[in-house]
Amino acid sequence: MTDIPREEYILKCTSACAGCSDSLTLRYVLKAAGPETVLVVPACCTSVIQGIYPQTAMNIPVYNVAFAAAAACASGMSAAFEAAGKKTNVIVYAGDGGTVDIGIQALSGAFERGANFLYICYDNEAYGNTGMQRSGATPAGARTTTTPAGKGQSKKDLDAIVAAHNPPYMATACASYPKDLFSKVQKALSIRGPKFIHVLAPCPPGWRYSSERSIEMGRLAVRSGMWILYEREYGKVTINGPSKAAMIRPIPLEDYLDAQGRFKGICPEAVAMLRSLAERNAKRLKREEEGIC
Amino acid sequence: MLTVATGNKAVAAAVKDACPSVVAAYPITPQTEIVEQIAEYVTSGELKSQYIPVESEHSAMAACIGASITGVRTFTATSSHGLHYMHEMVNWAAGARLPIVMANVNRALGPGWNIWAEHTDAFQERDTGWLQVYVGSVQEAYDATLMAFRIAEHESVLLPVMVNLDGFLLSHSMHPLQSVEIRDFIPPIHLPHAIDTANPAGYGTLTGPDQYFRFRWDIERSMRDSVNVIRETEEDFRHRFGREYHPVEEYRCDDADVVVVAMGTLGKEAEVAVDLLRKEGVKAGSMRIRWFRPFPRLDLSGRDVVVIDRDYSFGFGGVIARSLAATEGAKPFSVIAGLGGQEVTYDDIAGFVRDRRPGEEFWFGVMPDV
Repeated sequence: MTDIPREEYILKCTSACAGCSDSLTLRYVLKAAGPETVLVVPACCTSVIQGIYPQTAMNIPVYNVAFAAAAACASGMSAAFEAAGKKTNVIVYAGDGGTVDIGIQALSGAFERGANFLYICYDNEAYGNTGMQRSGATPAGARTTTTPAGKGQSKKDLDAIVAAHNPPYMATACASYPKDLFSKVQKALSIRGPKFIHVLAPCPPGWRYSSERSIEMGRLAVRSGMWILYEREYGKVTINGPSKAAMIRPIPLEDYLDAQGRFKGICPEAVAMLRSLAERNAKRLKREEEGIC
Repeated sequence: MLTVATGNKAVAAAVKDACPSVVAAYPITPQTEIVEQIAEYVTSGELKSQYIPVESEHSAMAACIGASITGVRTFTATSSHGLHYMHEMVNWAAGARLPIVMANVNRALGPGWNIWAEHTDAFQERDTGWLQVYVGSVQEAYDATLMAFRIAEHESVLLPVMVNLDGFLLSHSMHPLQSVEIRDFIPPIHLPHAIDTANPAGYGTLTGPDQYFRFRWDIERSMRDSVNVIRETEEDFRHRFGREYHPVEEYRCDDADVVVVAMGTLGKEAEVAVDLLRKEGVKAGSMRIRWFRPFPRLDLSGRDVVVIDRDYSFGFGGVIARSLAATEGAKPFSVIAGLGGQEVTYDDIAGFVRDRRPGEEFWFGVMPDV
């Protein structure tokens, strides 16, 4: 059983929305990382929820940086700490827009160079900071303010892109499974080189569900197979328990979709796209876990 | 030590002597030799730096920012399109008060695709809060780069410094280079707002209309204070190493009736033109502006002024000519020459002086000869 420390590194009174799983995720990330940590945050919800100068809700140093710059900034920072002989954790904490879209070049460059930091993408599947416009991570059929009729394209496969860089450690997570998230962050930080954790971050105003249902929404995503919890350590894939169970006995996809206003009135073609993507991901990961790939 | 080097190698040698902890850079013609030489120094162990071969200039400046905020010395180099690709982060570096030093090898902007000298690339960064110096020789490229670290890191400056050298004309010209034993000329870096996990703070957090302007004023206050720091640094450099520099290098100006104002290699070429004109009996002098930000004062009173701009601000005019009209009330003969490496000889410059028409603008090679 993992002991999650009582210390809090996000102080009270952030300006996060009620039920925000970004701040819940960050709470566990920082508990796992501890105080010898610097967070690098590009433009995203987290750049807003930490508060307005001269106040901050964060009890660790946070370096806010321009949208496309997070991974490059972190690679410079970790190199500087290394030059100074300091063992400080450098963690990028970026949204899906700052990762799969505008920031992907810097992410790819830093991972190819083998830079020593942990990149966490908390993915609420749209540009949340600016009020829920589509991102490359928005799933098919989801309505956003720039896809009012539902997105016509599939979610970009960020994990496959990251995996192509062969980082020593990458994983998915969700704050609905806090111990899993906590231990993955700890494991990632124990490894040298570029590490990546992709966290599904249900978003009440963006996904259009009531704020007390964020934990449930993450669980529905995992149980329906829309989000698969797994790790890839030095290339070896392990599908984690909750997703193992979901692969044997998944709940209907509709249970996940019907719970969210963003999928209201979704067309059958988009549902088919979502279903086939989930099945393809599950199949691929199972084959990888079995070493058949 | 006396060697022969290109302007690029001179910059790299100064970087080796200043020993930054982190260098992050991306190659671009005509700057490439700087990053190659630094990579050689790091590989051979002559320079003990973390060298980050980033995938773009935006990332080069972002990496320097991430490194600098931890309190270490940082360096990068770029040119033209690379400078503009990192433009967002150029602003960020100054706003974050990070004493990053960058060499910019001045080059024109496309299209048309052009790799030769022009100052418009760096001039377009003039409002970012960076100090900018323009050098006129290979030796000066070395000296100015060394001084840039000391000036940037000075407690009353803490702003980034851009060292500009003309593409090919300096970057690839070989000249004698005298390096120095810097000893304590550049003190150890101390960044008062460096990240400290024992004293956590938010950096670059959301800043409202009630606070933002204070940070902008603080940049300007430091920019003004930098005038004295530059003077002290250049004086100490002369005292220690014997080479003398000023924000504006005046040449035979004491009794001059007409003064040529130019920057970079054109400023040096103007000195040759002055000698030629003097032989003809024209009382000419020249002023080579080295520091563009902070913008210096020039004593132009009672003289005809010929300004040569290797740059242009469309719909406005030559940047230096218009600047001197604003700061000194000058009515210069404004010559636009040398764009994209256009050849300008001392004979051409002497011609501009002989046939000057104060208050008018003249595009060399486009308009009928003066």
